[in-house]
Amino acid sequence: MDSSTSTSQPIVRKGLKKRLTNFFVRLYQIHLFILRFFKEAFVPPFELKEIMNQCYQVGVRSFTLISLTGFIVGLIFTKQSRPSLSEFGATSWLPSLVSIAIMRALAPLVTALIAAGKVGSSIGAELGSMRVTEQIDAMEVSGTKPFKFLVCTRVLATTIAIPILATYTGFIALLGGYLNVATNEGTSYTTFMQQVFEPLTFVDFVSSLIKSIVFGFTIGIVGCYQGYNSDKGTEGVGKAANGAVVTAMFLIFVEEVLIVQIAGWFR
Amino acid sequence: MKKFKPHIDNNNAVIRIRGLKKAFEDYAVLRGIDLDLYQGENLVVLGRSGTGKSVLIKIISGLLKPDEGSVEVLGHELETITEEELQALRIRIGFSFQNSALYDSMTVRKNLEFPLVRNRKNLTRKEIDHSVEEVLDAVGLLKTINQMPAELSGGQRKRIGIARTLILNPEIMLYDEPTAGLDPITCIEINELINEVQERFKTSSIIITHDLTCAKMTGDRIAMLLDGQFQRVGSFDEVFDTNDERVKPFFDYNFIQ
Ligand SMILES: Nc1ncnc2c1ncn2[C@@H]1O[C@H](COP(=O)(O)OP(=O)(O)OP(=O)(O)O)[C@@H](O)[C@H]1O
Ligand SMILES: [Mg+2]
Repeated sequence: MDSSTSTSQPIVRKGLKKRLTNFFVRLYQIHLFILRFFKEAFVPPFELKEIMNQCYQVGVRSFTLISLTGFIVGLIFTKQSRPSLSEFGATSWLPSLVSIAIMRALAPLVTALIAAGKVGSSIGAELGSMRVTEQIDAMEVSGTKPFKFLVCTRVLATTIAIPILATYTGFIALLGGYLNVATNEGTSYTTFMQQVFEPLTFVDFVSSLIKSIVFGFTIGIVGCYQGYNSDKGTEGVGKAANGAVVTAMFLIFVEEVLIVQIAGWFR
Repeated sequence: MKKFKPHIDNNNAVIRIRGLKKAFEDYAVLRGIDLDLYQGENLVVLGRSGTGKSVLIKIISGLLKPDEGSVEVLGHELETITEEELQALRIRIGFSFQNSALYDSMTVRKNLEFPLVRNRKNLTRKEIDHSVEEVLDAVGLLKTINQMPAELSGGQRKRIGIARTLILNPEIMLYDEPTAGLDPITCIEINELINEVQERFKTSSIIITHDLTCAKMTGDRIAMLLDGQFQRVGSFDEVFDTNDERVKPFFDYNFIQ
């Protein structure tokens, strides 16, 4: 017993040390990757056609799921909030409450998480398989700047498309909330909308916008990084897709907390 | 045997490699490579699996960096080359990948257009179409123009891969195992294509292979990679006129008669 613990401990420690160095090496590489993005994305030619195409892909890939989730989130959130408000006889506050929850937090977050799953993973898999089958090398040797064509366009596309999708999610979720309020309290559409926009401030809009821009950028850059640097072999493709989702989701939560904190200082 | 006798300029090396070394972690793959590729010749590089043949041409095309030694391609020393110069140099070098590396989200036409459209900005639609059809015709696959790579056979993919590199009129062609995994008749067709490219486009080529039929049919000169160095360089008969235990089995097992 004793001997087994004493031999296993150094192995664990060694594994931890290796993991830790790997983590910092990875961090440094991502840092370089992001720098390279900024260096290459904003010099002509701008690849507008490919960016539009990628935006379209982002939209198509996540539209259905986002519509459905947004609607259900709005509906359920309203429904579940009603009992606690009615205890104080304050169900008339429901639209304001729903609006704050959706516009400040839920819409950007739900959109980003779904896009991380649908868009991030497919970017990871797509670029990963291009790396594994040497298509990226083939672009490189024919002088066609694969980083610009594959990475910059995708990152810009997610950064542009996610805020648009998040806005859309917000309105779909409000629609869900409205349907619930209308059937229960019989509130009219105009009253509902008035109450929705009343509590929202400029800071709310700006911070939501910044949030979804940051989320979009994160999803794009993480997916591209994982795919572009994926290991050789078919296993690498799966790892890239999976890594893209897990890392992006983790970062999205961290960023959410940070941005909410920072936005708090401006209120 | 090779029918076409090219004009080879032995005083003009388009690629000149001296003392090239490359290791991965602690495994030394290339251990002091010296090699000249002369203007107009087909140089065949023979070697067993894992001897670093692919690594060698990846270094020549700037995909991998050497640890030591000098690599001069079309007068440019790769160690000191700038990003822009490398970009321009790569357009003059065609690289046919071991697994073809076709862009599988694009049709054959788009695959061929891609290097052209992105490197030559002011071409008209008509000129692009003309170039695409010309190289497709050269590899005999005009009928596949609207197909996706997934719908092609291995041999067809190889040819499209070669066509895609030809479209930029390269001065140097690097073929990584052009006949690997193909049936004998398709192999011979590919070998003929390689010779045709040499004759028609006046390219200088490095052909990597472990197929001796391919070596014999296409090579003006053979270089044998053994233990990380070129140990035997010369004509096919010169290279195999030896009792070297590392070379003989290569020959014996290839032509079982
Ligand atoms: N990017 C890389 N990272 C680490 N090791 C590598 C890398 N590329 C090649 N190697 C190693 O270098 C050695 C030579 O590889 P290379 O692909 O050049 O072989 P090859 O001669 O082309 O073989 P084959 O005929 O099977 O294609 C192999 O042992 C391989 O493991
Ligand atoms: Mg190889």
